[in-house]
Amino acid sequence: MQDWANWAIDTAKQRGATYADARVMDIRQRDLSTKNGEIGTLAESESLGIGIRVVASGAWGFASTDRLTRDGIETCAAQAVSIARASALAKIKNVQMAPVQAYVDTWQNPYIKDPFRIPIERQLDLLLAADKEMRKVKGVTVAEGSMSFRRIEQFFASSIGSAIHQVKVQSGAGIVATSFKDKEIQKRSYPNSFGGQHMLQGYELVEAMDLAGNAPRVAEEAVALHSAIQCPEGTQTIILGSSQLGLQIHESVGHPIELDRVLGMEANFAGMSFLTVDKLRNLRYASDIVNVVADARLEHGPGLGTFGYDDEGVRAQCTPVITAGPFTGYLSNRETALDIGENSSNGTMRTESWNRLPMIRMTNISLLPGTSKYDDMIADTDDAILMETNRSWSIDDRRYHFQFSTEIGWEIKNGKKGRMIKNPSYSGITTEFWSSCDAICGPEDWTLWGTPNCGKGQPMQTMGTGHGASPARFRNIKVGVAFSH
Amino acid sequence: MAAKKSKSKHMRTPAGGGAAASSVSAAKRKLYRSGVVDHRLGASALQEIAERVLKLSHADETEVDISVVSDALTRFANNTIHQSVAEQLVQVSVRAVDAGRTARASTNKTDEASLRRTVETALDLARCLPRNRGLLPMVGKQKYVKVERFFEETAAATPELRARAVAKVCKFAAKQKQTAAGIFSSGMVETALANSSGLFAHYEQTRSEFSVTFLETDSSGWAKSNSPRISEIDPEALAARASQKSQASRAPREVKPGHYTAILEPAAVLDLVGFLFYDFAGTAVADQRSCLTGRMGKKLFGDNISIWDDVTHPMQLGAPFDGEGLPRQKVALVESGVPRNLVYSRATAQKMKAKPTGHGFALPNEYGEAPMNLVFAGGDSSVDDMVRSTERGILATRVWYIREVDPYEKVLTGMTRDGTFLVEDGRIVGGIRNFRFNQSVVEMLSKVEMLGPAVRVAGEESFEMVVPAMKVRDFHFSEVTKF
Repeated sequence: MQDWANWAIDTAKQRGATYADARVMDIRQRDLSTKNGEIGTLAESESLGIGIRVVASGAWGFASTDRLTRDGIETCAAQAVSIARASALAKIKNVQMAPVQAYVDTWQNPYIKDPFRIPIERQLDLLLAADKEMRKVKGVTVAEGSMSFRRIEQFFASSIGSAIHQVKVQSGAGIVATSFKDKEIQKRSYPNSFGGQHMLQGYELVEAMDLAGNAPRVAEEAVALHSAIQCPEGTQTIILGSSQLGLQIHESVGHPIELDRVLGMEANFAGMSFLTVDKLRNLRYASDIVNVVADARLEHGPGLGTFGYDDEGVRAQCTPVITAGPFTGYLSNRETALDIGENSSNGTMRTESWNRLPMIRMTNISLLPGTSKYDDMIADTDDAILMETNRSWSIDDRRYHFQFSTEIGWEIKNGKKGRMIKNPSYSGITTEFWSSCDAICGPEDWTLWGTPNCGKGQPMQTMGTGHGASPARFRNIKVGVAFSH
Repeated sequence: MAAKKSKSKHMRTPAGGGAAASSVSAAKRKLYRSGVVDHRLGASALQEIAERVLKLSHADETEVDISVVSDALTRFANNTIHQSVAEQLVQVSVRAVDAGRTARASTNKTDEASLRRTVETALDLARCLPRNRGLLPMVGKQKYVKVERFFEETAAATPELRARAVAKVCKFAAKQKQTAAGIFSSGMVETALANSSGLFAHYEQTRSEFSVTFLETDSSGWAKSNSPRISEIDPEALAARASQKSQASRAPREVKPGHYTAILEPAAVLDLVGFLFYDFAGTAVADQRSCLTGRMGKKLFGDNISIWDDVTHPMQLGAPFDGEGLPRQKVALVESGVPRNLVYSRATAQKMKAKPTGHGFALPNEYGEAPMNLVFAGGDSSVDDMVRSTERGILATRVWYIREVDPYEKVLTGMTRDGTFLVEDGRIVGGIRNFRFNQSVVEMLSKVEMLGPAVRVAGEESFEMVVPAMKVRDFHFSEVTKF
């Protein structure tokens, strides 16, 4: 890998690049799924290649190839330089980057059980056992389960002398019960929707989920939702479960703080952000109990946004994003950091694969635990809806107005959990929403959730991000609009 | 306990590459270095790789799917190019069948050892499975409709060609005191599907796309087009359209949410109706998670709604065969508002006592099939006609971040974006702040008052289709945002 990266950088420099970096990535993936007692998908894939990023004539160029001969790599590096020179045809200013130290290092996330060494039969048996439990419940029309595992070995080298080898092993799994009845489709997922929970861990993550043990409850709730009361329409207090709050953080904090988005680089596709640069340290984002960090370090937890170094060779860091209410930090890279007067990147450049350009991505964007006990928070709430597990999510292209719906809700009346509510939804404006937060549960209820499917960029890249959250309470929130037609 | 660092086992020596790499001529290398995207290997080279794979396999049956992809994309924002990328890859995917069990393994390495390992992995995975009694034998040799969708002009596009077009657009934006952002891409894909029963299918296609957003302090406009022929893309005309939209939507006023007549430009229609495509899968109906469950053969949409799936339509793209190698058939999905037919893979057709239509996904999968070449019947009204005939309504250029709220009534939520206008007394009176909508697509398609000509459209939330602009009554705009 090191030889390949060096060939690329040498060629780029010989052809006039003033900066070059190369990422060799070797990615192995395993996907399994079951549906109604049968195997859906069973597939493995491997992908090995090199991505070469250069600055030449003051502009960026990037090319990638899986032709890993010396000739193939040198041709690719030459192509990257040609592309950069073409980019200079529409250049306003030369590319400038904040300095970074040259690192020579190796990093690997810890895990206990290599998921690729666990027999497939054992993994399928676990999914089929959960599937069987779900189908025992009358009214379940589709029972599904899935697992996915990914191992990424990568070598990064740059023309400033960095040589960084990293290995990341990630696991994920989940189950879903769907029930169709009387023109209504309801579903429940465990431990989260859209593929379950995903972390930078080994197979021990999947074993700890107890999919089969949770399957009967999930299935019963999916069926029971048909006879639950409809979410009312109005304004009231809501309590969000931690996985739903994780997605709320992703959409209404994580994306708005991406500095490339703020500076207009995503204007055509992913959109921009209401967090214009004048708002840094000048905007009250949330109530004073809200603290959010962007933390890629292992000490934050084995999230999908955890690494040793980002994909332009900057060491993992923790950045305070919201500090007791005010907005205090963006996600930056070496280029955009200079645009806001910072002298270094906070290390958020990430790439999906060897054939994609690194870009600013969320790391682990987490709401730090508060001080409330879950039972005390419920007991302290007169009238609210508790909403759990995301079902749909949407937010405008400046990240102001959002609408979420969840799979299930529960009445909270006079400090007690009451009737089940179907089709719960809520909507609002980002800063108004976060400013209405008046209780956050403590570390005992805090979970670092993995969102494996964050899309951004052109060509589109899918990235895994982490979001730590514990249940929290929000006052005066608009509910029920999604189903008010 | 941390696992051992497995550096040695998975580190590769610089010896990869294989047949695909060694076949590159000096002339082609020169072209690649300049950024040209034509990396085709050709049908005979792909057949040779496929035959090598088939010979390596000891499975009862073997299928090999080879993709050669070469894409390049120039991205601009703030009136300058800020990213320009190119990728080139070959993927070989092998499906093995052993005693009624099947699984898949894929690699992007075409050397002998990698192909052998991939074949063995597919077979080993299959042997882990219980027998699948519904697994059908692989199809044999097939005949396909010939489609010509590869154009040398697109494959020969260089980064300079794209950069010069972008530079003109950026210059125009600066002159207008506007800011341009967008992409100009070109590329090609070549695929081959072969199996041990004698199937060999080959397809090649070029693609190009230009998408542009013009921005001002409080407004924006957008336009997008794609085509297999790069000469059919007119970046300057698209930029002019985006610029005009941005100018026309300056100083947006806030309009109260509610039910309005909506004039949806084709891109907005596409991204809404695109959410219907999987509902026409036999598997979705069998699983009772389609909005068509219990509704086939019944009047569901307006008389003016007819939908086909037709890969051979002149405005459509894509291979004329499905993931198993069956020819894709033209299927009338909706006729005059009545859902008439679904699409079926071979296995779904067998389960549902229907005939396969050539819409199956590559096996194994749990989704079955889907129509991927939707064509809506159009009308003869222009967007201007729709505006002129509207007393009060909303004109939407584009919609964004659409998600399903209610899967059976097909209620979708999302936002308008980059050019939303108030229409009063038959004319556009100005830009408005963007709306959130919560709208049933089933209901929407029963309230279409006017249709434009059906055109090939590219959006962001759905794959490209052939759809018309629509004027729809009682569209539910539920909330408004701050810009």
